[in-house]
Amino acid sequence: MGVNAGVTTSGSRTPAPVKRARVVTITSGKGGVGKTTTTANIGVALAKLNQRVTLIDADIGLRNLDIIMGLENRIVYDLVDVVEGRCKLRQAMIKHKQLPELYLIPSAQTRDKTAVSPADMIQLTNQLRKEMDFIIIDCPAGIERGFRNAIAPADDVLIVTNPEVSAVRDADRIIGLLEAENKGPAKLILNRVKGDMVRKGEMLSAEDVTDILAIKIIGIVPEDDTVVSSSNAGTPLALSENSRAGVAFQNIARRLMGETVPFMPLDDSPNFFKRIARLFASGQ
Amino acid sequence: MAGFFDRLMGRSSAKGSGSKARERLQFILVHDRIHLPPERLEEMKREILAVISKYVSVDEHNVDIALQKRDRNPLLVAEIPFHKAAEGPDDDADSFLSTEDDSPLLNEDGDEDEDDEEEEL
Ligand SMILES: Nc1ncnc2c1ncn2[C@@H]1O[C@H](COP(=O)(O)OP(=O)(O)OP(=O)(O)O)[C@@H](O)[C@H]1O
Ligand SMILES: [Mg+2]
Repeated sequence: MGVNAGVTTSGSRTPAPVKRARVVTITSGKGGVGKTTTTANIGVALAKLNQRVTLIDADIGLRNLDIIMGLENRIVYDLVDVVEGRCKLRQAMIKHKQLPELYLIPSAQTRDKTAVSPADMIQLTNQLRKEMDFIIIDCPAGIERGFRNAIAPADDVLIVTNPEVSAVRDADRIIGLLEAENKGPAKLILNRVKGDMVRKGEMLSAEDVTDILAIKIIGIVPEDDTVVSSSNAGTPLALSENSRAGVAFQNIARRLMGETVPFMPLDDSPNFFKRIARLFASGQ
Repeated sequence: MAGFFDRLMGRSSAKGSGSKARERLQFILVHDRIHLPPERLEEMKREILAVISKYVSVDEHNVDIALQKRDRNPLLVAEIPFHKAAEGPDDDADSFLSTEDDSPLLNEDGDEDEDDEEEEL
């Protein structure tokens, strides 16, 4: 089930909605590994590639994505307002300042976490599918209601993890749950990789993690201080070309669109280029 | 391929905390995936050995029963060496089997027709 899977032949039963957009859910299990950062940056990167994108913050009670996107001052209505019928869907969609085809549906700040159900999420995304190319859902940490809500409408699930034992363990748990729900195969984003530590053998490598989890990887994002400064400023990195993490997120967006993009080297130390030169010189 | 990346990254083969993390993860995940904590696994191994020891003499010092994984699926791999039969002449496998034909395991095998056919021919 993916893109355009819902195109119906004029037939007997009520026609299903035309499934234009792909719903991509960003989840992790463990908290704080970079889901919101990833959602914001992939959203921006896809919009820059002329895709129509809506981001949904499904973390009810802990509104966050609006801040990373720099849109917190423009919130009038939120996800729960839509679900409870206090506003039209359109009214809760905040348009991004620079990118006209990028929207955010913010989460509610202080409400009952059960205000939204998985069925609500399916209905809401179905309404949006006709007008969007991508709907990206920022999933809360954990495996409770918020997780169920976020994966219910998903066509694709991306699991964010860090190269640490506890984060990878939680990712494995999520992979198992997704398999049980027939939502697999999920793809992996390994975030906060420190190239120099991997090189010294002091950190799990991307190969280690994909090998242990036995799933495909769609992105390797380096640890990058500019992630924090851009979050502070409310301007996701992927808006500009000049940060390593920003490029990594742009590459993920391109891979989501079906392009084959090689993984960039994680190491920008001067030695790295010498090593490449040596490898090629040795005819390897 | 991985070797190429390793060389590209200049990764040393010396064991750092990265490989320690890898080992710990593999151990943790295999138990997570079968919902069986390590103590229960040990208990299961002891029971498996006890059952096998009822029929044959097991070389207990060289037993290796371990959880592994194939893709995402857990797999129990057991290597359980036997001692050679203590009494009687050290004969070939056939006569070894026939000396213990009162064991339930062998009776079960013996009930299968196809197995016997070849011997009758
Ligand atoms: N590649 C990176 N380099 C440096 N810092 C990062 C990187 N990715 C994320 N961070 C930082 O890690 C912190 C957590 O990120 P984020 O809020 O995106 O995680 P999360 O998974 O959404 O958390 P939660 O589970 O609480 O929703 C933030 O301070 C963020 O700036
Ligand atoms: Mg978050």
